[in-house]
Amino acid sequence: MLPHWLSLMIASLPSLAWACVLFTVPLTILSFAFGIAVGFATALARLFAPAPVAAVFRFYVWLFRGTPLLVQLFLIFYGLPSLGIVLDAFPAALIGFTLNVGAYSSEIIRAVLVAVPKGQWEAAYSIGMTWSQAMRRTVLPQASRIAVPPLSNTFISLVKDTSLAAAITVPELFRAGQQIVATSYEPLILYIEVALIYLAVSSILSSLQVRLERRLSRYGGYIEAAS
Amino acid sequence: MIILEAIDKSFQDLHVLKGVSLSVPEGAVTALIGPSGSGKSTLLRCVNLLEIPQSGRVQIDDASIAFSPSSKPTRQAVLALRRKTGMVFQNFQLFPHLTAIENVMEGLIVVLKWPRERARARAHDLLEKVGMAAKAESWPANLSGGQQQRVAIARALAPSPKVLLCDEPTSALDPELAGEVVEVLAQLAREGTTMLMATHDLRLAYTIAGNAVFLDRGEIVEAGPARQVFGAPVKDRTRQFVSSLTAQATA
Repeated sequence: MLPHWLSLMIASLPSLAWACVLFTVPLTILSFAFGIAVGFATALARLFAPAPVAAVFRFYVWLFRGTPLLVQLFLIFYGLPSLGIVLDAFPAALIGFTLNVGAYSSEIIRAVLVAVPKGQWEAAYSIGMTWSQAMRRTVLPQASRIAVPPLSNTFISLVKDTSLAAAITVPELFRAGQQIVATSYEPLILYIEVALIYLAVSSILSSLQVRLERRLSRYGGYIEAAS
Repeated sequence: MIILEAIDKSFQDLHVLKGVSLSVPEGAVTALIGPSGSGKSTLLRCVNLLEIPQSGRVQIDDASIAFSPSSKPTRQAVLALRRKTGMVFQNFQLFPHLTAIENVMEGLIVVLKWPRERARARAHDLLEKVGMAAKAESWPANLSGGQQQRVAIARALAPSPKVLLCDEPTSALDPELAGEVVEVLAQLAREGTTMLMATHDLRLAYTIAGNAVFLDRGEIVEAGPARQVFGAPVKDRTRQFVSSLTAQATA
């Protein structure tokens, strides 16, 4: 005979896992992918665009880094309908997380782009590359290597932050846990189980990060200036 | 033939080049000498337009751009001119994420759109020429400075530029490693590669340059056959500078 806590955990695992697979993981992956795209565009604009355009993007980063994520989600889901913009819970969460990831990752991307020595741009230009060829072939490969650790941090934070989507009714992992608690009255057991699932997901992602880092750093160290 | 006409370049209020005119004959090596801050590097970088002059004219072959402070040259014109040049940097600037041979192939594949195999064959020939074929698959981080610079020379030569611009190609190297780079450049000179080379390295200039140009404070002080500029300079300023170089070299 299994102890009560274990049988409860086993009984609730399918619905928790389902919520994780159906909402937590897609929300994380999609908002990270879109967020990186927004972050890259923001970084480029802030580095290379004319001052007024750069200022618009700076304003965006300032706004989204300076306000709580939960407030942003509430504004999008509960606030925007007053302006006639009604979104379902999942798209609202997706937009909120994307803009949030975009703001944070833009600073990382900006920093790693700047970290590639100016001489690398010049070397690329000197063999006839255009700006976009130099960016794609020379700068990005080197920048992405140094971007992996900080962006992985953003990604893992995001996995956990998606639990905030529960507050705007997205039936993701944490909300699924809440619902089981509402009928089982076992918050300790259920929330431990929810925490363990988050832990498992972030651990898997961390190990992927290590692999990716190893792959990107196969060429050894940077060559700084003279020998 | 490379013709520079009345090149003017300022950085903010620092007037680096003051109407420099120079013609670099084809098939020969021209050394650009002068003290630090004389504008040698800037002049070199004005040839491949890593720096855009405020005024003057740059011509290489059939490509030419006239500069004026009021208008920017088109990207197309800049690329057309730049693609007639190759550049060797003081600090090599190999692409660290590519192997030696991939470094040499990069321009052929990305810029000239050559198929990979053809690019690899040409890159291999060039690495052979600079004595680096055995290290073709090495990462730059695992090469010595002299080896990196030789790969960088092969990379610059890959698209068959009209002129090879060398910006202090040996000054980041200790004498022994500089020696192997001088040897490679001397070989290229014998084969008739047109080169314009900024250098402090008297051995390099003596060994391979047919012509020399002495630049000081953004102006050409003296120009002529290298033997004359180094051996029997006419201007006092040149004499001072050459003797300071000789003192350095023998010290």
